[in-house]
Amino acid sequence: MARMKFICDAERCIECNGCVTACKNEHEVPWGVNRRRVVTLNDGVPGEKSISVACMHCSDAPCMAVCPVNCFYKTDEGVVLHDKDICIGCGYCSYACPFGAPQFPSNGTFGLRGKMDKCTFCAGGPEEHGSQSEFEKYGRNRLAEGKLPACAEMCSTKALLAGDGDVITDILRGRVISRGKGAEVWGWGTAYGNQAKQGA
Amino acid sequence: MKAAFIFCSAALLVACGEKPQEVKGVSSDKPPYSGTGVASFTDAGWKAGDKDGWANHLKARATYGQNDHVRAPK
Repeated sequence: MARMKFICDAERCIECNGCVTACKNEHEVPWGVNRRRVVTLNDGVPGEKSISVACMHCSDAPCMAVCPVNCFYKTDEGVVLHDKDICIGCGYCSYACPFGAPQFPSNGTFGLRGKMDKCTFCAGGPEEHGSQSEFEKYGRNRLAEGKLPACAEMCSTKALLAGDGDVITDILRGRVISRGKGAEVWGWGTAYGNQAKQGA
Repeated sequence: MKAAFIFCSAALLVACGEKPQEVKGVSSDKPPYSGTGVASFTDAGWKAGDKDGWANHLKARATYGQNDHVRAPK
């Protein structure tokens, strides 16, 4: 069974924000909510690096551990999803997430914090696949259409890789061998652990 | 008098009763290979419900679509 993961190749990311735009367009994400964003490290300094960040669908997801109403679940493909009918919008997941993935739309006159919204790996949610209610709550379900996440498929430089962990690590390995540098994958160890930790 | 007091107390205490709280849990989610049922959006060459076909399809899509090293001329 495939284990879905994200990799952002910082050697390739040109901070075009194409992934952010693709995500917002595909899922019609409301104003003020960014399921994905591009972060630039050492901005303005020669050698600056950019990475595209969203929910990494962690192997041992801290959001799942802290949720007081257990609204999170993990699919067989390793995608971390949540049920908006159960979420109470408490924000604990936001504090627990090392990637700042959970987003909270504010609505109404007093800016009430709504239910949590985050990247779904384009896998929808616990509604009828392809239904209008699934789209309104979670966005498009591309995975059930036999497609990969829109952010990665739209990435112009193919810096953002999404798919089965084995496949995308093979792609990155090939690139690192070819160019002879850039093996560091920021966030990979935090999200999925490293070999040393798994072996311990 | 005593009966009336007991009746009133019982009636008032009923109002303090809690509603039953059942653990609802996450509503079930179908596996992605079951498809969306919308043929126009389903990727060509794969039939909904074919689990292995779905996995192979995604693998091929990731390999061809994201690995430009295999697409570029040597």
